[in-house]
Amino acid sequence: MMYRSLFPRDVLAELDRLQRETQQGFHLSPSIRGIARGGFPAMNVGGTAGSVEVYAFAPGIDPATLDVQIEKGVLTVAGERKLDPPGEKATVHIDERFAGRFRRVVTLPDDIDVNAVEAKYRDGVLRISIARKQDALPRRITIQ
Amino acid sequence: MSENNPVTKRDNRDDAALLPPVDVIEDASGITLYADLAGVPKDKLHLHVEGDALTIEGEIDLETPEGMQDSHIEVGLARYRRVFTLSKELDASKVGAEFTQGVLKLSIPKAEHAQPRKVQVKVL
Repeated sequence: MMYRSLFPRDVLAELDRLQRETQQGFHLSPSIRGIARGGFPAMNVGGTAGSVEVYAFAPGIDPATLDVQIEKGVLTVAGERKLDPPGEKATVHIDERFAGRFRRVVTLPDDIDVNAVEAKYRDGVLRISIARKQDALPRRITIQ
Repeated sequence: MSENNPVTKRDNRDDAALLPPVDVIEDASGITLYADLAGVPKDKLHLHVEGDALTIEGEIDLETPEGMQDSHIEVGLARYRRVFTLSKELDASKVGAEFTQGVLKLSIPKAEHAQPRKVQVKVL
């Protein structure tokens, strides 16, 4: 896939990416799928004691066309972003927004419950909440 | 700024903002600008034109559960900002804006006098 910066013309972000990519040449990524930064959609991942939260920043997409799957602890978000084509006599001055098919994959922790997944699309952000298994929640043990 | 005034360093942390990706397309009637502002609700989008500067600003508002700890961050700031300089032939008073699913569409028409006119060439 053609590299397209998520935040174009941000010199610091570009330098940061360059440094990261250079480092990746020397260090193997701890995750087998690596951390593919800079792809579309951008993702934030966080967790609480009770759930894992994934935010995918995918503006302007019909949520019905989004394909979200969890298989063997791997979350896949795929879809296609179609943009209005410019008119015939139009001139494109700046062309930075992502267009086309995309697929991003996130490895999830072991303690998630695949039957308790919720996905919402709001303001161009897809939020996926995956509950952790009840028996995996930390429990305080009383000493007798 | 006069020399007597010490240069005060502004705290940049509050000012830091993401630069949203945009598409800018021009045709005979004007300019259409699309900007990706994922995570910005309608009421936190601010557009203003001052002189010939068009500013697009938006604050990201995500529902985060209490006590969430981030483990991987690609969108690390909660604000977008981008400023464009409009040229004279654009009519800044008639900017039309639509904002759906995190995509902003701005239509900036050309002023009446700047509409293209076909120049007749007379062959003598």
